[in-house]
Amino acid sequence: MQETPHDYDDIPGTTVFDAQRSRQGYWLNMFCMSLMKAENRKAFKADEKAYLDKWPMTPEQRKAILERDWNGMLRLGGNIYYTSKLGATDGLSFQNLAALMTGSTQEQYAQMMLKGGRPIAANRSKSEWNRG
Amino acid sequence: MAKLFAGVTTSHVPAIGAALDNGRTGEPYWQAVFGGYERSKKWLAEAKPDVVILVYNDHASAFSLEIIPTFALGCAEEFPPADEGWGPRPVPVVKGHPDLAWHIAQSVILDEFDLTIVNKMEVDHGLTVPLSLMCGQPKEWPFKVIPLCVNVIQYPPPTGHRCYMLGKAIRKAVDSFPGDLRVVIFGTGGMSHQLQGPRAGLINSEFDKRFLDNFAAHPEALVKISHLEYMREAGSEGIELVMWLVMRGALDDAVREVHRFYHVPASNTAVGHLILENKR
Repeated sequence: MQETPHDYDDIPGTTVFDAQRSRQGYWLNMFCMSLMKAENRKAFKADEKAYLDKWPMTPEQRKAILERDWNGMLRLGGNIYYTSKLGATDGLSFQNLAALMTGSTQEQYAQMMLKGGRPIAANRSKSEWNRG
Repeated sequence: MAKLFAGVTTSHVPAIGAALDNGRTGEPYWQAVFGGYERSKKWLAEAKPDVVILVYNDHASAFSLEIIPTFALGCAEEFPPADEGWGPRPVPVVKGHPDLAWHIAQSVILDEFDLTIVNKMEVDHGLTVPLSLMCGQPKEWPFKVIPLCVNVIQYPPPTGHRCYMLGKAIRKAVDSFPGDLRVVIFGTGGMSHQLQGPRAGLINSEFDKRFLDNFAAHPEALVKISHLEYMREAGSEGIELVMWLVMRGALDDAVREVHRFYHVPASNTAVGHLILENKR
């Protein structure tokens, strides 16, 4: 798959779900989509590896799912609205997932949000992140 | 003749629905959110629309990566709440208005907006949370709903300008509908938020307030905001704000702001809410 540079590549800590990611992550996301059904959630929980065998994913994608590497899933083409269905299957809310993806504890993350969220200053460009 | 007389914008944070459904609205954290909608509920109860055109996005519920329509108009008789992984929300089935929906579809397609017609669709929190915020927890929703689902998940979503122009085409369609209906349009999603990756939790209140300040009187400034600017300034999911511009396009140029509410946070998101009425 051809990778072309984009203006949004400069946004730090952000994976834009563009054409390339969508193609790369198709089966990962469709696996997550299957968890919309209660009986599938049950089957997945009963034997995760066996359930994942039904989906033609790469070994890296499979590993990221089994290890619940939430940022890894995004890098490998996962989309947050799909991976959040895996989160829901584990009993995790969007805020629980956000804390995990930012490397914070639930408490730290919730406090940051109560104080007005992650500020935009110094979070616009990768150049600002690389400095520190 | 049908009359589109007002518009509502609001965020559609899923945790708001969960707080309602689990009886947690009395908690101070959630009171700070629901308090901003008390006046809105009264306004809507008095406005008594027959139909609400509800612009929202599906979050991988009705549509997956198999089919990704940019604009999809719900023309069905009814739309059941979707199971988003926690079980469907315990809210009433959403009743459609196929006569007006089909009329809008035909009118805007001939106006060169090639939208997708949907006759079977479940609706997720993107549609039901705004209804809950504006109506509370009734046994039946007090009006018919025409869902207009916009892709904002697969990059690129439609531009803000395109959304605004679609709003104008929808208005033209409603104006030419022969039935005597009172119509309100909702534009939902936003405001600034990012749900994914190491930058999750981003909030940009300055951006949001500028957006709210310009929304009624200077939408022409907002339709120029690029996707890059939305994603950089308002977070990767802040790009949902393009959906507000469908609502704005459907109203008159001259509108009065009846109500405004802004609050951080609801879960990961800045909650923004406006009610606008046509002046004449």
